Amino acid sequence: MSNTSIKITSEKLNLDKCYEFVADDSCGGIVAFIGTVRNSTQKKEVIQLEFSTYKPMAIKEMQKIADQAISKFEIMKIAVHHAEGILYVGDIPVIIVVSAPHRKAAFKACEFAIDTLKETVPIWKKEHFSDGEIWVNAHP
Amino acid sequence: MNLKVLFFGVATDLIGAKSISFSISPNTTVSEFKILIQEKYPQLSQINSYAIAVNENYANDQMVLKNNDVVAIIPPVSGG
Repeated sequence: MSNTSIKITSEKLNLDKCYEFVADDSCGGIVAFIGTVRNSTQKKEVIQLEFSTYKPMAIKEMQKIADQAISKFEIMKIAVHHAEGILYVGDIPVIIVVSAPHRKAAFKACEFAIDTLKETVPIWKKEHFSDGEIWVNAHP
Repeated sequence: MNLKVLFFGVATDLIGAKSISFSISPNTTVSEFKILIQEKYPQLSQINSYAIAVNENYANDQMVLKNNDVVAIIPPVSGG
């Protein structure tokens, strides 16, 4: 059975499913990172975010991150799930959950996974404000 | 030779298309392709920087493109 669960979906992300996937009797701890949509960026009120993906490549890159996390850290299982489409304030764009025999490896692997996802996975976020919209990180 | 070129994020908005077909001569490298695509679409220079993926994998500048490759323009990513 696979030790990784990778998903991109336009449905609501499910923390329980991620938790159930990684739970394992050999593990002493589970660490979760849950990304949430903030209500403002640089003092401007955010109304909604729009996530677009290069889905087949994004899935591959997320799989690489999960595989690297397992080879670099002493963890048992990892779930990396990301949302696509329109999300509103308080919604959840990303969930990463890691189980490990000992907690330190789980914390490290979880941080590695979210940091790397933000650098390499081809997913783009457009912020919609009351007076316009902008692709995040796109312009100098 | 023909490539399928995909645009994502801000690049889709700048070009006004999600994909195009693009002709190149044999033995064109990724770095040469970047110059050619930017000549055809100067608006790409408005993007901070972009990476190139070939057939769903990040490609380096020296990589030589092949007929029917799928080449994606990857603006700075902002997932998470």
